[in-house]
Amino acid sequence: MVATLKSKAAGKAAYSIALVLGGVIMMYPVIWLFSNSLKGNADFIDGGLIPNTFVWSNYAKGWSAIPGYTFADFFLNSLVIGVLSVIGTVLSSAVVAYGFARIRFPLRNMWFAILMLTLMLPTQVTLVPQYILFKSFGWVGSNLPLIVPHFVAASPFFVFLIVQFIRGIPKDLDEAAKIDGCSIAGIGVRILLPLCKPALVTTGLFCFIWSWDDFLAQTIYLTDTAEFTVPLALRLFLDNSSEITWGPMFAMSVLGILPSFILFMAAQKYFVEGIATTGLKG
Amino acid sequence: MARISTASKVTARRTAISRPLPEGVWGYILIAPWLVGFLGLTLWPMLQSLYLSFTDYDLLSSPKWVGMANYKDIFFDSGDFRTSIKVTFLYVALGVPLKLTFALMVALLLSRAVWGMPLFRAIFYLPSLIGGSVAIAMVWRDIFGNNGIFNRMLAAFGIRGMDWINDPGTSLYTLVLLAVWQFGSSMVIFLAGLKQIPRELYEAASVDGASRLRTFFNLTIPMLTPLILFNLVMQTIYSFQMFTQAYVITNGGPMNSTLVYALYLFQQAFSFFDMGYASALAWILLAIVAALTGLIFWSSRKWVHYES
Repeated sequence: MVATLKSKAAGKAAYSIALVLGGVIMMYPVIWLFSNSLKGNADFIDGGLIPNTFVWSNYAKGWSAIPGYTFADFFLNSLVIGVLSVIGTVLSSAVVAYGFARIRFPLRNMWFAILMLTLMLPTQVTLVPQYILFKSFGWVGSNLPLIVPHFVAASPFFVFLIVQFIRGIPKDLDEAAKIDGCSIAGIGVRILLPLCKPALVTTGLFCFIWSWDDFLAQTIYLTDTAEFTVPLALRLFLDNSSEITWGPMFAMSVLGILPSFILFMAAQKYFVEGIATTGLKG
Repeated sequence: MARISTASKVTARRTAISRPLPEGVWGYILIAPWLVGFLGLTLWPMLQSLYLSFTDYDLLSSPKWVGMANYKDIFFDSGDFRTSIKVTFLYVALGVPLKLTFALMVALLLSRAVWGMPLFRAIFYLPSLIGGSVAIAMVWRDIFGNNGIFNRMLAAFGIRGMDWINDPGTSLYTLVLLAVWQFGSSMVIFLAGLKQIPRELYEAASVDGASRLRTFFNLTIPMLTPLILFNLVMQTIYSFQMFTQAYVITNGGPMNSTLVYALYLFQQAFSFFDMGYASALAWILLAIVAALTGLIFWSSRKWVHYES
């Protein structure tokens, strides 16, 4: 009896140690990023995790490191793209998902199968012709190619996520509303929309973070430094920097992941549930 | 006579307005945004890129029909296609299984509900959220650089490190490691799946005196196979498209050792403006990914266990 208790306690301890150790290893690069942002040059050559002197001025130096601009410009550019993308994605994905999840129309299953197939389509397949298309609109060099597609539910993943969520809502609610004389639009707006809040929040969060980090599209379409987003500015910084500006560069990198970080901390529950929903049958 | 017909027309129109639209029409109104997007930004571009793959096109002059020349060049010329295929397959073949293994192991650890589960779940998931950022790419360069922290840790154990990022023999492995570090989203899906396995099954197994290991292999794994399939397909497709990390950390080097397919395609299209060649590359990628996905689905009949 005592022996089993002892082994149980030992098991619990081993388990906790494994978790903590794993957690430390996982967070190490992130901690390293924060610590690098406060290092002076000497610390980059042979410093450890904790900087010998905390160089807070890295942040001020990095902020105006790119001549003619400050990082405020780049953050504003990223924010405009991010916020408009979120609005477009949430609106269009919600409407489309409602149609697929609740309305019976001819060829519905075929269209939905196609939507699921596009979920697996590599971006590279449409990259070149989309570029040609947007070039013919005269949009290359502006942020329009990064925003407009979001208004036509360009990410099937989000439509799928909301469809899964709506399928989990009992149909009796719609039926009752229908009997009470509620129209299709009314059911969508008054009944399902409020209930879908978790799925819509998840969609908004993911959309923001993904568009914030969508380096490939940004690097193709944004050609003018005045239009640059934070990731592009960081890349520019990296190309122009010697070891002397490492501290300021890492300082700006920290600021660059800060929005994602804060969003994640504030809405962790939504993230986890949102991802989990898509992997399961609704 | 004429007046009567106008009057009847008016009433007819009135009833048409007041009658609610049929459900079928509503369905199409609702999915219209996606339909427009799909036709305009997916289907049409796909067809266009198929056409372009048989042409010579540099964005300046109009496309010139060259038949199979692009495909011939890709397969038989001395370009870097074969290198990039090799690099990409190695990256996917190493990264995806490792990623899923870690995801499953950590999900099992976390599913035995203890203190601080939400905190640890957040810690293990966070890298997946920020892993694609330029910031993390920079940290990676620093950690695995010549006097990076990784080498200094090795030195503490008396092992002599090397320049992991700039050595063609090891550069790709640093990128694989970065991919494995982002096992969070698969982990969260496994975690949700583990929660759904009925407790009675575990109780029955322990009554039967099954060992932990046996329970894991005969109960947990079979119950999770649908999710293993889902994660395997999604992560494979996702890994084939890896771009940002290779572009920022190594830019394909040293000696093309990290020239992943997406980066090679990007260079052909946006450095050399060889849109025809890049389109052909895109269709070859689609064929490869489709074939692999098909293969995984076909094999899944043998190993995925569905509850009937």
